[in-house]
Amino acid sequence: MSTVAEKIIFSAPSCLLQNTFHFCPGCHHGLVHRLAGEAIDEFKLADKAIGVIGVGCGVFLYDYLAVDCCEAPHGRAPAVASGLKRANPESFVFTYQGDGDLAAIGTSEIIHTANRQENITVIFVNNSVYGMTGGQMAPTTLPGQKTTTTPLGRKPAGDGYPMRMAELIGSLQGTAYSARVSCHDLKHIRSARKAMKRAFQAQVENRGFAMIELLSACPTNWRMTPQQSLARMAGEMLTAFPLGVYKDF
Amino acid sequence: MKGSVALAQGAIDAGCRFYFGYPITPQNDIPEYLSAALPAVGGTFIQAESELASINMVLGAAAAGKMAMTSSSGPGISLMQEGLSYLAGSELPALVVNITRSGPGLGGISPTQGDYLQATRGGGHGDYRLIVLGPNSVQEMYDLAGEAFRLAFKYRNPAMILGDAILGQMKEPVVLKPTQAPPAETAWALSGAMNRQPRLVKSLYLKDGEMTVHNWKLDEKYRQLKETEVLVETDCPPGCKLAVVAFGSCSRIVRSAVDQARRIGLPVGLVRPISLYPFPEQAVREAAVNAGNTLVIEMNTGQMVDDVRLACNGESHVFFKGYPGGHIPTPEDILAEIENILNRGGLKACQL
Ligand SMILES: Cc1ncc(C[n+]2csc(CCOP(=O)(O)OP(=O)(O)O)c2C)c(N)n1
Ligand code: SF4
Repeated sequence: MSTVAEKIIFSAPSCLLQNTFHFCPGCHHGLVHRLAGEAIDEFKLADKAIGVIGVGCGVFLYDYLAVDCCEAPHGRAPAVASGLKRANPESFVFTYQGDGDLAAIGTSEIIHTANRQENITVIFVNNSVYGMTGGQMAPTTLPGQKTTTTPLGRKPAGDGYPMRMAELIGSLQGTAYSARVSCHDLKHIRSARKAMKRAFQAQVENRGFAMIELLSACPTNWRMTPQQSLARMAGEMLTAFPLGVYKDF
Repeated sequence: MKGSVALAQGAIDAGCRFYFGYPITPQNDIPEYLSAALPAVGGTFIQAESELASINMVLGAAAAGKMAMTSSSGPGISLMQEGLSYLAGSELPALVVNITRSGPGLGGISPTQGDYLQATRGGGHGDYRLIVLGPNSVQEMYDLAGEAFRLAFKYRNPAMILGDAILGQMKEPVVLKPTQAPPAETAWALSGAMNRQPRLVKSLYLKDGEMTVHNWKLDEKYRQLKETEVLVETDCPPGCKLAVVAFGSCSRIVRSAVDQARRIGLPVGLVRPISLYPFPEQAVREAAVNAGNTLVIEMNTGQMVDDVRLACNGESHVFFKGYPGGHIPTPEDILAEIENILNRGGLKACQL
């Protein structure tokens, strides 16, 4: 009887710990963790990387990625990362932030950190709501979108328009790399993986500030099934947040 | 040397190589001096976009195990409170300098001591304390910068130097004594998990009971601080009937008043807390109880007097005279208060 030798062609990144994710079904935080893990492996950064974790559903990143980690106060991860990287230029410093963290309370820090050309990498998960605090309006909430604090839907006059951070950061002279990608299907995940690596490469090559914005689902607070969430992403999310590379070194 | 410059140079001589700050009067001499002096010794100076950013840059550099500092005043220190709370919760060492303004609000820039309670009670949210030192001379501005870093690293807790515009602006001779003590043990610092397990700097404790354990752990540090790191200057000769308590710039004026009082035969002593947290409870209590009468002089409406009363626990008559809002008393003003109390037998003078 002949035996067929098994060949592993796909496995988890080696820096990804085998802990069960705490995320809700259909949430893309887990996928983004994986993409970050792949980039860490690709550039062999596991023993140099320091993650600076913003406050949001990604706050337990240290339970899933085997790298040094530092918690930052809500919105301040880019400032903490600036201090860490300046103090330790040999290390690889990335932040992991949600849209409330990066585009509301931390708007000032993200802009000025980019403007100073801090050599860090920002992983920005845009799910158009505040996940951790129970689904309130975020700066990225779409017009008309119902949240727990916009029960009648977001009204641009008074509540504001969704903020397009990849474009805004891309428009700054100091930025080396800024791109928006989406996690809603395989094709887009493949380009997300490429963009993640590019955002890592920027820092590895000392090019300066790099940010990758990943459109993601929060089925729980969108009050949708995972499938409905993917359809929403492919539709109105992509319309409101055009994908693209807005700055490339 | 100017007080602000002495403090900045003291930090450098102690080994500090990272400064992050945002301009505010009356402490601009510190960042201005360090913007040239730090790069000259291979250090890093960043003018941050706000005090929120400054304190969090300090947090980042501290997480890397480095000696990092910031300085500010009034409104800027208020903005830093969240970061200070995170530093304490994450057990990170750092130096924060408060060259106070009068307040509340935008207030004024003249010398006051109105931030005593904010400094010594932690200031931000949660169950923590800062190590707080109150210099009263340019030499101490220099010396205590190094001492603050030593304590901050020993206890892994942020330290604050509480000064004011008098201390920042006045010039006195200074003996420089570079110590260059490398930070103590930093086996907790983040540098990348090279040949070791990943490390984590955090203050979030959600699992059942974890936060309680962490709170008691922090409390144990504060207990040790009280036991071993109290700094105080006491000058209460035998027969003293009134102990005057004052700190910082105000204590210099009180010193002159006490000297004048003694020249006219009044039995007066002086207690000067140098560490405001840990507060010199024992020394204050002894002096206050022995004298029977205690006069607290502050450039505010009454803040440290709370600590004095707690230390005395009712066993000394505690009087208070305050000079808030930038009103700097003269030695004669204070002498009048001293005479007033002693002439009336010490029981009911002044504002209580
Ligand atoms: C100063 C401060 N304000 C508010 C909060 C509460 N808070 C925690 S997470 C969060 C928003 C999280 O939303 P987002 O950044 O979009 O991340 P997500 O959970 O959606 O991934 C808020 C408001 C906080 N922790 N600190
Ligand atoms: S609340 Fe939303 S963002 Fe948070 S884990 Fe659940 S799906 Fe993900």
